[in-house]
Amino acid sequence: MSVDVLPAPVVRQTGDRSSRARLVIGLLGVCFVFSILLSLATGPTGVGLGDLLAWITGRAETMALQDRVILESVRIPRTLLGLLAGAGLAVSGAMMQGLFRNPLADPGIVGVTSGAALAAVIAIVLGGSVLSPVAALLGPWFLPLFAFVGGLINTLLLYAIATEKGETSTTMLVLAGIAIGALTGAATGLLVFWADDRALRDITFWSLGSLGGATYAKILSVLPFIAVVLALVPFLARGLDALILGDAAAFHMGVPVQRLKRIAILAVAAACGATVAAVGSIGFVGIVVPHLLRLVMGPSHRYLLPGSALGGAALLVAADSVARTIVSPAELPIGIVTALIGTPVFLFLLLGRGSGLNFRSLS
Amino acid sequence: MIRADHIQFSRGGRRLLDAVSLAVEPQKMTVIIGPNGAGKSTLLKLLSGEIRPDSGRVSVDGRDIGSLSARELAERRAVLPQSLMLSFPFTALEVVRMGAIAYGSLDPSRDARMALARVGLAGFEARSYQALSGGEQQRVQFARVLAQAPSAIESGRPRALFLDEPTSSLDIGHQIAVLEIARDFARAGGAVLAILHDLNLAAEFADHLVVLHRGQVAASGGARETLTDAVISRVYGISGAVGRIPGDLPFVLPQARTC
Repeated sequence: MSVDVLPAPVVRQTGDRSSRARLVIGLLGVCFVFSILLSLATGPTGVGLGDLLAWITGRAETMALQDRVILESVRIPRTLLGLLAGAGLAVSGAMMQGLFRNPLADPGIVGVTSGAALAAVIAIVLGGSVLSPVAALLGPWFLPLFAFVGGLINTLLLYAIATEKGETSTTMLVLAGIAIGALTGAATGLLVFWADDRALRDITFWSLGSLGGATYAKILSVLPFIAVVLALVPFLARGLDALILGDAAAFHMGVPVQRLKRIAILAVAAACGATVAAVGSIGFVGIVVPHLLRLVMGPSHRYLLPGSALGGAALLVAADSVARTIVSPAELPIGIVTALIGTPVFLFLLLGRGSGLNFRSLS
Repeated sequence: MIRADHIQFSRGGRRLLDAVSLAVEPQKMTVIIGPNGAGKSTLLKLLSGEIRPDSGRVSVDGRDIGSLSARELAERRAVLPQSLMLSFPFTALEVVRMGAIAYGSLDPSRDARMALARVGLAGFEARSYQALSGGEQQRVQFARVLAQAPSAIESGRPRALFLDEPTSSLDIGHQIAVLEIARDFARAGGAVLAILHDLNLAAEFADHLVVLHRGQVAASGGARETLTDAVISRVYGISGAVGRIPGDLPFVLPQARTC
């Protein structure tokens, strides 16, 4: 007896959630497009869907100049930045959860974001003085690179503390994350004392998190980071899946575990750091989107990572549309909106079957 | 095909393996037995390339195991660990499919279904791995290992199965079913290395038996030569427990012990 035990295989799809995952990704694509339209067509000014349609169909000259400017230099960059940041946050969350083998590992919760924030605040406060040669050298990449390094340091620190022999305990992960987050938060607080008025304004804007002030320059400074991480997704997916069975089992299945982990840590820090540099700390996108997707399509990273990119982008851009219209003409910090959506979902997931710890049956 | 020559391995000041030599050969089912803490799992980890010996050499087809990539090793051997917990809700099928993907299957889902059927788990495809019983999880993992090594010989080269206590959570029927699949794999030209605790199963299924005791090989050879009163009493501390069934196959009946 060898392989051919079964005769012609019966065609059934049970247990295989690939086709469902592809369907979900298709739906997310639709949401993605709608969120873009929503974001471009809403706002405190009168530029609406009609103007957008005119602009898209090449009849931009029929629009009032003011409307055209609003669309081209405010809403489009803001939407693009939102898409990049949303994708970055959700993908870094999904990757981190795979890397730590833990559904609660969110860059915001375990202190990666605060590391990126600390480094970014260092860049803002000292960029005009001590670090000005570095700032001049790095140009537009000064802030994102700093945030990337800050996020990387905290990720490495967290990994060193919370992981023993490749196994991460949830308690250690969350507690170490809280400690690291508190420490970097305190350091950020100290720096704020040294900040001058201009830096202080920058920091305040930023700690609330906002897509306001989006420019094409800002988009270009973030784009390479997010693009590299998204390009890595197909190469990391299989390895991250195998890693869920443990370091040893992943190695047995031919995954170069150490290399995979190093790349994943770099990718998490890059996506998270660049996003924080551009839009400040926006919470919950990195945990809510992957969680919801795991519920409907299963935890396989082959679909989870692209799905998270689409879903995160759509969610953040939609949340931003809400944030800038609901109290118009004022603007709600987007972090408040994502927290309002995110925390109930997060708690529901914790208590319900979505925690991934007390699952009964699927499909 | 995979051999350890005089390997030494210490951790925390304790010598876990001392001058152990062992060859995992095609067409043979090699079984390691020994009391708790004898170094069985450590030896399996060394042979699978997970850890490196302090001295001595582990080689695969004559090449030092350190010179082979994870990918190359995965093409030569598949490993069943003792038990695996998952923190994400994969279905049984999705777990087994990882093995098929590691093999390079062109239709991983179909091959995973076949592997599940081989271990008697057809119909379990959509079940969440986390909700399965310990024995069912173990068989799902065994199916994953079979999906990674679906045939004993692949393009003229034998493959190896490393099984760390494959029967520990199974009922007697499934213990035999799993070991029969392993033996068939060896008969078909593959190499099998299994750690077993049940001495009677070891006696029945082993072509080659290695008795490990305090990090050293206490006895090695066929079941008839190795499972003797002298060896069992020295290694396990119970004497007079070994009997012989017609055909000279030894059996161990602890109730018959004399001390």
